[in-house]
Amino acid sequence: MLHPSKQFRRIIAGFAWMIAVLMFFPILWMFATGFKSEIDAVATPPELFFTPTVENYIEVYARANYVKAALNSLVISLGSTALALLLAIPASFAFAFFPTKNTRNTLLWMLSTKMLPSVGVLVPVYLIFRDIGLLDSHLGLIIVNTMMNLPILIWLLFSFFKEVPHELLEAGRIDGAGFKEELRFVLLPLALPGIASSALLSIILCWNEAFWSLNLTTYNAAPLTAFIASFSAPEGLFWAKLSAASTLAIAPILIMGWMSQRQLVQGLTFGAVK
Amino acid sequence: MVWMLIPLVMTFWFSLQRYQLLSPQTRGFNGGVNFSYLMTDPALWAALFNTILLLSSVLIITVGLGLLMAVLFSQDFWGRSVARILVISPFFVMPTVTALIWKNMLMHPVNGLFGFLGGLVGLPAIDWFGDWPMASIIIIVSWQWVPFALLVFLTALQSVDRQQKEAAYLDGAGALVVFYHVVLPHLKRAIGIVVLIEMIFFLTIFAEIYVTTNGGPGLATTNLAFLIYIKALLEFDIGVASAGGIIAIVLANIVAFFLMRTVARTMDE
Repeated sequence: MLHPSKQFRRIIAGFAWMIAVLMFFPILWMFATGFKSEIDAVATPPELFFTPTVENYIEVYARANYVKAALNSLVISLGSTALALLLAIPASFAFAFFPTKNTRNTLLWMLSTKMLPSVGVLVPVYLIFRDIGLLDSHLGLIIVNTMMNLPILIWLLFSFFKEVPHELLEAGRIDGAGFKEELRFVLLPLALPGIASSALLSIILCWNEAFWSLNLTTYNAAPLTAFIASFSAPEGLFWAKLSAASTLAIAPILIMGWMSQRQLVQGLTFGAVK
Repeated sequence: MVWMLIPLVMTFWFSLQRYQLLSPQTRGFNGGVNFSYLMTDPALWAALFNTILLLSSVLIITVGLGLLMAVLFSQDFWGRSVARILVISPFFVMPTVTALIWKNMLMHPVNGLFGFLGGLVGLPAIDWFGDWPMASIIIIVSWQWVPFALLVFLTALQSVDRQQKEAAYLDGAGALVVFYHVVLPHLKRAIGIVVLIEMIFFLTIFAEIYVTTNGGPGLATTNLAFLIYIKALLEFDIGVASAGGIIAIVLANIVAFFLMRTVARTMDE
């Protein structure tokens, strides 16, 4: 059926939309609950029509600990992304343009570290951090997140750099460009989209990271993942506020995720699926 | 890259020691006692069983549904790009939020939406996390990971050879035959990669369990990752927790071996 009939196409559309709405429904429900009053939020039967209120959002913002957690998430995600890029750009650059016979193996070995389950090294990392005072600190989480994401970033950037045509570099060289000019005027503009999408992916992964955040922080550096988990106790009366807080916590990442679908696939499958 | 090795070596080192944070003075080498202690601990076997049950269930669900949905969403239909955005969204929700949505708003026996909907058709409310703890976790994790499988398969579907497909249709093959003989072989690598990557992630599912059931009731939803967490940070037994860590690493390495082979093959092409 290369050219399905109009009716068949309509059935497909209806079916696909039904699935899409079903999958999205939990998020939508949470979003809606965020605009309910606390009484409406726990009402049975659930209130489908309610007077929306932004009171929850105002209250969430007024609470110092939410803002603190959001700031922590921001600092950790941005800090770790900056650090990871700082390390990954030169490394992948070297792998792509100055390959040696060990490059392939080094790359593969780096990937293999990514496959180590975090929980396998939880104990030593916890103890090292305790001894050097990095428990519950921004720097600690930045370091851990960087370590976690570095292989993915190097891999992604490597594939971007690989795609830069060598003729272009040679043409620059013939025109008298030195190494520095070559970097600045040829490579950087070409690689910038790749760097941007790698950064986006890194921010998403850091923002949603939960395992280390839950285990290595208590209060001071606790990011949103840990902050929200602290509501897991059955405090039925705060659902609306919790929904508002959660909506705020996932909204930026949802949007970034929509923007970077392709890089996500490439990054998470190590380039094996394009 | 040495930094990844240091904790690894330390885990191995601790796993051979008697090392409890509550009685630090009795620290010392004890050979394989931690391992034999773990091996005789029924909690380990329960945890291993749960890990494998969780892993294989979610794997089957996500790959199966992911494939079906990828085929559906690769068709041309009205509003496809928006529908796609909606359907992949669960993957970007942080795990703790996911767990809370499901726990409080959907699966809650008193106020949850599922209970209410079930009540409409006369079903009694189910205490999801009390009566079906593992099934609940499986549903939650699947909801999160179906979009990942879908995304990868969609990407892979785009590169199916159109001409091959058209030729098959011209030869009179039906849609199912074409899917089975043209599309599926093309997706083989993508499926393999999804399986391996998901396996590595699912070996250590943590946040969803931490937020919803806390490993319970009893040990019903304690997987290997959660057991190590209990041993290390709740019971402060570093030696035994490290031994558990070694087991997790060995399991992951078996998976990683196959994954690396696939990736290396792609690199050489």
